[in-house]
Amino acid sequence: MPAAADKCDCFTTYIESSAALLDLVIRPEWMQGVQTNLEISLRFACLLEQFPLPDETEPAPVYEA
Amino acid sequence: MNAILADPTWLSANEIAASIAGGATTASAVIDATLKRIEKLDPALNAFTDVVATRARDRARALDAQLTGGSSPGPLAGVPFAVKNLFDIAGLPTRAGSKINRDRPAATRDAILIERLEAAGAILVGGLNMGEYAYDFTGENDHDGNAANPHDLSRMTGGSSGGSGGAVAAGLVPIALGSDTNGSIRVPASFCGLFGLKPTYGRLSRSGTFPFVANFDHLGPLARTTLDLAASYDAMQGPDPTDHACAQRPVEPVTPLLERGISGLRIGVAGGYFQNGLGPEARMAVDHVTSALGATRTVDVPEAARARAAAFLITTTEAASLHLDRLRTRAADFDPAVRDRLLAGTMIPASITGRAQKFRRWYRGEVLQLFDSVDAILASATPITAPLIGQQTFLHDGKEIPLRANIGIYTQPISFIGLPVVAVPVPLQPLPIAVQIITAPWREDVGLAIAHALERAGAAGAPRPKI
Repeated sequence: MPAAADKCDCFTTYIESSAALLDLVIRPEWMQGVQTNLEISLRFACLLEQFPLPDETEPAPVYEA
Repeated sequence: MNAILADPTWLSANEIAASIAGGATTASAVIDATLKRIEKLDPALNAFTDVVATRARDRARALDAQLTGGSSPGPLAGVPFAVKNLFDIAGLPTRAGSKINRDRPAATRDAILIERLEAAGAILVGGLNMGEYAYDFTGENDHDGNAANPHDLSRMTGGSSGGSGGAVAAGLVPIALGSDTNGSIRVPASFCGLFGLKPTYGRLSRSGTFPFVANFDHLGPLARTTLDLAASYDAMQGPDPTDHACAQRPVEPVTPLLERGISGLRIGVAGGYFQNGLGPEARMAVDHVTSALGATRTVDVPEAARARAAAFLITTTEAASLHLDRLRTRAADFDPAVRDRLLAGTMIPASITGRAQKFRRWYRGEVLQLFDSVDAILASATPITAPLIGQQTFLHDGKEIPLRANIGIYTQPISFIGLPVVAVPVPLQPLPIAVQIITAPWREDVGLAIAHALERAGAAGAPRPKI
């Protein structure tokens, strides 16, 4: 998704659909701010995805029973 | 009582405690003078959101009575301190910089760290302004007004512990507590010219504080001297079963270790990512500290840019999860700058944050190996000195980039894996800036010893503002 996001003009659709599914209301005047922040996050996600990690890598948080 | 003690403005916590213990002044006199200074200066600084004057005066009287009765006063006897308003203060709702939280019931008990400081004799005087829900590097707040930098009231304190930075830098209190998730102690320390300690993740209990990102949340002190930083840190250490992340480690006092010197310590300077985009003042400060310490080696922190990216993603998603119900019911009551970030955070797929947590494990392993060859790593705390309040962008590596999201570029890759950091202020004119001393987990003693040596040598120190 992140790599594709650069070429995608579907942000408005994605934000509106996500908001509806999550029961969030996004006023029209908030849309640009939300989109800008989403774009920043997806650029960071793209950077992260370019770094291969072994499947066996444990996530950082460790639960102790 | 001499004139200096009647006005404790710029006395350190250790000097205040010694004066009270020695009978040169009283806790009541110190607290009265502190409250008067807050009343006089805070309208311009906007550091405090709550002043607990009656409580403070009552405690001071009780402490003076104990001293008169011959009781041991405690290492911080009569020292005024204040806390970022995400700390529970009994009798007040814990606002965490928000409008929404003011509707919560008042806290019935102080945060553990307040209790521990007061057990050492310190006296709480109030709660401090902060960026909403700690999602902030600026010190700006839409609800309480912006915290102003004592060195230039038109400039940011840095955040999110903005009031903590402003209050200590202005001499309203010698010690303030803040929180640091991505840099929120180190950034105000840099912009306000203070020493700040972000201990190892899990070192200090977070019980009784409003969370932001449980994976990265740390608490710690800001002060004008390394001795005060160490004394307050020592008083707050110790395990706490009510914070699941608080380590089962004994108290490891650092104050007795400050004077042992730094001979033999291997100190490196972070290269690559941490050198890119340094503003001229930041570069000057890093060079200054590097030279003062005689550090010659450069340390490559691997994949720091990706670490910062992963920290950003975990932050935005975990914070969005925390606030999801409030976003559904009271979105319009958030600070607009915070609301938009949180709303976007709700829309990041979990597949991305899962990867970020895996990267975090890998990165931790790589960075810990660096401490096989060095004891401490130096890096700038911020890329620039304090920006103007309201400023939206800054120049970084020749590009104009958003300010709010990027002030923490050098702090985020470090708190991401919970390493301890001491921020040391370099008193450049007209504005100070800080350098991070980063050490291996649980080695706060090394960072504080280096900071103390720099302070003793005159290479670092908290400048006194002209207010």
